[in-house]
Amino acid sequence: MKLTTRLEERLGISLIYICVSVVVVLIFVMIVLLFKMSFISMSKFGLNFITSTTWNPVEEQFGALPFIYGTILTSILSLTIALPFGILSAIFVTELGPKRLRNILGTSIDLIAAIPSIVFGMWGLFYLVPFIRDTLTPILTKFLGFLPLFQGSSFGISILAATLILSIMIIPTISSLCREIFLSVPVTYKEAALALGATPWEKIKFAVLKPSLTGIVGAAGLALARALGETMAVVMVIGNSPQISLSLLAPGATMASILANEYAEATTDLHLASLCYMASLLFIITMIVNSASHFIIKYFKPKAFAR
Amino acid sequence: MNITLKIPNTIIAMLKLTLTLTIVLTYSLTINPLMGQTVAINGAGATFPYPIYIKWFSEYQKEVSNVKFNYQPMGSSGGVRQLFSQTIDFAASDVPVSVEEIKSKKLEWNILQIPTVLGSVVIVYNLNEKNVKLDGNTLSNIFKGKIKKWDDQLIASLNPGIKLPNKEILVVHRSDGSGTTEIFTNYLSMVSIDWKSSPGSGKALSWPTGIGAKGNDGISAMIKQTPGSIGYVEYAFAVNNNLSMVALKNSSGKFVTPSINAMVKAASELKNVSQISQIDIQNLDANKMNILNISGDESYPITSFTYILIPNKKQNEKIEHLKKFIRWALDNKGQKMTNALSYAPLPEELRKKFIDSI
Amino acid sequence: MYLRKIKNIIFWCLVVGFTLSTFVPLFLILKHTITMGWSELSLDFIFNTPRAVGELGGGMSHAIVGSLMIIFVATIISVPVGIVTGTFLSEFSNSRLASITRTFIGILAGTPSIVIGIFAYVTLVVPWKSFSGWAGSLALSLVILPIVTRSTEEVLKLVPTTIREAGLALGFTKVKIFYYLLIKGNKRAILTGVILAISRSMGETAPLLFTAFGNVYLSYNLNGPISSLPVQIFNYASSPHLEWQRQAWTGAVVLIIIIFAVNIVSKIFVSNSSNASNR
Repeated sequence: MKLTTRLEERLGISLIYICVSVVVVLIFVMIVLLFKMSFISMSKFGLNFITSTTWNPVEEQFGALPFIYGTILTSILSLTIALPFGILSAIFVTELGPKRLRNILGTSIDLIAAIPSIVFGMWGLFYLVPFIRDTLTPILTKFLGFLPLFQGSSFGISILAATLILSIMIIPTISSLCREIFLSVPVTYKEAALALGATPWEKIKFAVLKPSLTGIVGAAGLALARALGETMAVVMVIGNSPQISLSLLAPGATMASILANEYAEATTDLHLASLCYMASLLFIITMIVNSASHFIIKYFKPKAFAR
Repeated sequence: MNITLKIPNTIIAMLKLTLTLTIVLTYSLTINPLMGQTVAINGAGATFPYPIYIKWFSEYQKEVSNVKFNYQPMGSSGGVRQLFSQTIDFAASDVPVSVEEIKSKKLEWNILQIPTVLGSVVIVYNLNEKNVKLDGNTLSNIFKGKIKKWDDQLIASLNPGIKLPNKEILVVHRSDGSGTTEIFTNYLSMVSIDWKSSPGSGKALSWPTGIGAKGNDGISAMIKQTPGSIGYVEYAFAVNNNLSMVALKNSSGKFVTPSINAMVKAASELKNVSQISQIDIQNLDANKMNILNISGDESYPITSFTYILIPNKKQNEKIEHLKKFIRWALDNKGQKMTNALSYAPLPEELRKKFIDSI
Repeated sequence: MYLRKIKNIIFWCLVVGFTLSTFVPLFLILKHTITMGWSELSLDFIFNTPRAVGELGGGMSHAIVGSLMIIFVATIISVPVGIVTGTFLSEFSNSRLASITRTFIGILAGTPSIVIGIFAYVTLVVPWKSFSGWAGSLALSLVILPIVTRSTEEVLKLVPTTIREAGLALGFTKVKIFYYLLIKGNKRAILTGVILAISRSMGETAPLLFTAFGNVYLSYNLNGPISSLPVQIFNYASSPHLEWQRQAWTGAVVLIIIIFAVNIVSKIFVSNSSNASNR
């Protein structure tokens, strides 16, 4: 059966457009629905919701600031920690490591993504939390205690625990995408660098990293999005304390964690609506973060080797 | 290579895909009739009674094999909300739903709330010293952060024979909303006016101090790992994790260590406090079923019932099956299975009353 | 001269160090999970349905079947849509529709899985007054979709324009370029994103709690409540009974094994076919 080229072109393009439109409509409906569900809370609290630090379900006073703080702090910190691990391990697997081990190493790092988030949560509670409390905290307070970041007593359940678990969880996202990106850099770039007498470091810096910069930012964006929305693992180790504290050793809360913790048992309509308001705010924050990363890509593009 | 030859391959691939999808769909849509006469009944609600309900369902199926009960522990409020939205057939809640709330939903039918088993919230702690005693006021002060160390005068005065260490108290509370929290804070609000004014009681609240752990299992894990910590969990968690329990002072002035017997004694006092015959199953008044801080020398003060909620729809096959099941569960046989799983059976008069009323 | 050499050595050390360190948490978590879950792992576990506390021989066969069914449907729905959308974003990237799609996909990528679950609940459960496997699949599709789309877009952006120009020179229509050169030609790269997405969604609990709900019995019926491994693990792990907690860990081991298997099998499957780009 042979379709005429024109027909095939039209049919195919229409199908593609339909597909994309369905996606857009579906997501749009989701956003609108959540805004609608948060109406009661929006009309009661308005923009004060964003600046208020009280979260009192009994007295029905709700404010999202501690959660916004927690979300942004854990996400950005975990991305900062995970980036070097992700990028450097991708470099090892694609450039520096032994060729035969390439596939095995790559797959092994991807296996971290295969671990369910609930297992991360349980491991975090039984293993990481005591580790932070008994081993890590004394070291941190001893050497870095002058920083407000590491002051105060610690019981393991803390922003630090959530950050560490998040960074472990997003490493495979960064690593596997970076691997694909590095592999797609034309060999000619690397050959040119070697021809000019570059050391392995310089070859990688100029011929692999520079051209892939936009791709790396894209991978980082995806990883950051995951960190912003991760629920289950964070919930078990962060303590859900609606407080803003400078110390990483104190418990905290993220928007995703309070949603998971309180949605099922929210009794009043205002409580539910406030949780949905929080979800809507998270949409906006995600959008801002995404725009920021696009802005970075646009800014770096002239400097990078264009394709 | 002639590209046009490849188009049939694509079409074949798409045909394969559609065929698979159709098979999956038809299989899935037609599978139910194969089950024949089985009635599937779905319920959701509190995590507290999950083990005993599963046990009951499994035993009940041996007698009545054509009914399958499915229960998922998503939380008391969640279960109640699902019941109102009619996505499930029955709900389970640690705290009864108020009559006003049921009326506000303007449902076409009434909701029956039937107590099934007894449980209690116990105070657990991690110290070398056993049998620490506390009373309601001191407990409230500890959880408000007003008492910061174990050897504080207020605690020591209740524990004359024990030398308490000069350790900081770490309060561990729930990070998630929970019926257990509601029962615990209801008790604290009863015994301490200070607590009642702030933070008050509810499934989730603004805790004055301490860290939050998710679930009874989270609190148990934290207490186990952290010397000097104190928290509240359901009785079964304390027993199964070998956690030290506080002997709490009841309203008769006696310090009672939690046990199944103590729960039974607390529930049996109900007949002295409310007229059991006057309890209206169709419009359950929570106050009439409240056994928190109840009188009696051997009563454990934080004991409470857990309820199954059934929509009282007329001439509905599933509701009839449910009622039959509950009569079976409230029966002696069903109630005898409670002890092994760390629950306490209902007191005799209450049991009979509810079996008759359904 | 020496400075360059030293920089090189430092770089080498950093790369090796960081790479080895990434394996540390993987090793620790696997060790912990297997140690806790090994005792209950048996054929009983894989083929039996759950039993009450105190009875022997319970298993999670219902959860295994449920998970596989839900993921299968979710993959069929979301992966083709995701790949097509991702390709669209990289090819028509300057159009209005592309910018809007990119924004929305970005928002979806950052949405907590519980919010996706709430959305699926409100749209597919409440109107039909029934929990269903289909709602669970929809929720998981929404988890998979942004990851597949974004990674496909990233990967295709790196394909040199010469490939597309060659297609045009051969007289391909846009659709043919889409399908043969871009998608089929970069199978391995796109598959990386797909596997990442599927691995993640198989381990998600929150979207399934309010949609597929969960079932005590083995069911092949997606029209009603159906069990899944993450939900069953979650229920058991939160219970006070030690044998159920052990079974939760065993369930975790089984889940990890299944996801590993999917990972490895698909990698073998795709690397057997040819790739049309410069690898």
